[in-house]
Amino acid sequence: MVNIPKFTIPKEEYVCKGHSACPGCGTPLALRYTLKALGKRTVLNIPAGCGGVILGVWPSYALKVPVVDNAFECTAAVADGIRAGFDVLSVEDAYVVGWAGDGGTVDIGLQALSAAVDRNANIIYIMLDNEAYMNTGIQKSGCTPIGAWTTTTPVADEKGWNTSPKKRIMEMLVANGIVYGATVNVAFPEDFIARLREAKDIKGTKFIHVLAPCTPGWRIDPKKSIEVARLATQTGIFPLYKVENGRYSLTKEIKNRKPVRDYLMLQGRFRHLKEEAINQIQKIVDEEYARLLKKIKDTNE
Amino acid sequence: MIEVMTANYAAAYAVKLARVGVIAAYPITPQSSISEKLAEMYVKGELHGKYFLVESEHSAMSMLIGASYAGARTFTATSSHGLALMHEMLFWAVGARRPIVMAVVARALAPPWNIWGDHMDVMSERDTGWMQFFCENNQETLDTILMAYKISENRSVMLPSMVIEDGFILSHTYEAVDIPDQDEVDDFLPPFDPEWKIDFNDPRRFGGLTMPDWWSEFRYRIALDQEVARKKIVEVDKEFERKFGRSYGGLVEFYNCDDAEVALVLAGSAVGTAKEVSDKMRERGKKVGVVKLKTFRPFPAEELKKLNDMVPVVGVFDRSYTFGYGGALYSEVRNGIYDPAGGALVKNYVGGMGGKDFTPKNMEFIFEDLLRIKKEGKVDKMVEWINIKDGTGRW
Repeated sequence: MVNIPKFTIPKEEYVCKGHSACPGCGTPLALRYTLKALGKRTVLNIPAGCGGVILGVWPSYALKVPVVDNAFECTAAVADGIRAGFDVLSVEDAYVVGWAGDGGTVDIGLQALSAAVDRNANIIYIMLDNEAYMNTGIQKSGCTPIGAWTTTTPVADEKGWNTSPKKRIMEMLVANGIVYGATVNVAFPEDFIARLREAKDIKGTKFIHVLAPCTPGWRIDPKKSIEVARLATQTGIFPLYKVENGRYSLTKEIKNRKPVRDYLMLQGRFRHLKEEAINQIQKIVDEEYARLLKKIKDTNE
Repeated sequence: MIEVMTANYAAAYAVKLARVGVIAAYPITPQSSISEKLAEMYVKGELHGKYFLVESEHSAMSMLIGASYAGARTFTATSSHGLALMHEMLFWAVGARRPIVMAVVARALAPPWNIWGDHMDVMSERDTGWMQFFCENNQETLDTILMAYKISENRSVMLPSMVIEDGFILSHTYEAVDIPDQDEVDDFLPPFDPEWKIDFNDPRRFGGLTMPDWWSEFRYRIALDQEVARKKIVEVDKEFERKFGRSYGGLVEFYNCDDAEVALVLAGSAVGTAKEVSDKMRERGKKVGVVKLKTFRPFPAEELKKLNDMVPVVGVFDRSYTFGYGGALYSEVRNGIYDPAGGALVKNYVGGMGGKDFTPKNMEFIFEDLLRIKKEGKVDKMVEWINIKDGTGRW
């Protein structure tokens, strides 16, 4: 008898055909996984960015759940407002999702997010991290990694690329007292859905940090989008972990981390990097990974 | 029930009576005592809805937009820099057609720092699409908030309202205020029942991308509905009068204007001063009229055009100076009443800014100046700054 593997991902689709994302874009995958995990009674609120644009142009619309569009910096505040409205009108069993990009979260939206965590707003905040302001044309954000080319950190004469590290958004929010945080990656859908299912009914602010490749922004072959995303986790550049009430734990064990070179060299945005810079990045990633392991150890003692 | 209270407390009582669902609060002088009073009411369990502390006025407005999309009645209050910080979301509330009501305790913007009454903050938001209602006194503040919900939430209007009270002059001054009974208010103001809100069984998208071939139509629709609002404002004022015995003229109130030789157009707390001075001057045979601009947006141009037939000279008093063509109120009124066949002469008076006292004596000066212009038949200068130290030398 053939052992047919069980489906681990729900079959229901809430993202219709006809959205306008680029080939290989991580965002529609993240949307599909999110809605598969949360279901029909979910409202998304989406600020300026690709997240809104790819859903289609009025009056067309590629989702089967309601969406509220909002301004760039107010995702957490609008989401909490929707929750507040639901609460006073006794609308129950609904998930309110803030669906913002990395710039809309760690830069311009950080203040509203911090305040929502302060109120322990009962929302799921999902940060679609494609590591730059992609919708406006690949400008550096607070989530752009060291070494990356962007249009505002251009490369000339082997210098000039982004030199500031990614903002440690998860640590900021943990310091802020957030009840639940997790990193997920579109290359690991089962884990992605498991984290959302775990988070959805926790009362309070839940933060999900999604790594989602941007093919034009990362200068990658659309065919290799998932391969690149997977390597981000396999190299330890984007480890998958969660933080529950301050307690860190890995959600994906990586036995033998691959060299960062494997990840970097698939992407045009890192093509300018020479041996020395790659070694430097490897060193930073090793240190960051060690910091994470230490946090896991320290918070579980 | 008549109680003595500030306009800020009157605003808080109106919010309670309106059974507001979601309140977002962030402190700023001179608004803070509205937020404080509401917090006190909330903790005592006197409010119908929920009270949230946000980290900025920008988030206050954002939160209310979200709550209104969920179907809740919403309120916040702000002043000055807080209103300026909200600017982006003020446009959003209008485009999103959310009938939010906000008390604005009008105040100057820095620098130099100044926390006192001034209309610069509200005048700077006149193009956002919000309806703007000025209040002359504390009772009017309470009443206008109740009326604003009724106007804003009308399904043919669906636009937000600013209820404007002058910083300190009203916000921190005690007056007798008649607090209506809850039953009467409930009868006047039914629960918020929007045609469109978040519905999981009929999922829709609110505010998504619209291409050039359709975007203008959304703006045009708002322009048409502003016209509807004009009618509703008058209707609601009449209904309020029938129910509560108080009327504020709806769009415009003409006071002592019937046989007036000159008239002064103004808004806010200074209207009271102007009315009193007008009464006193009439005792001395000087027929001066007062035009209270209750509603600044939508702008009551048609009503003000009547001035051309009433008086040969019109003054406009601005409690702010926005750097356009004269004060904001002046340029609006002058454009609004413009009659290519002639019409009234118009002069701008600027004063009472940043909390500077604007006294009956100052008001009398304006009326006398208008009477002089009438006599001379021409306007000497476009803008007259009242009670101002000479800016040319060292102070």
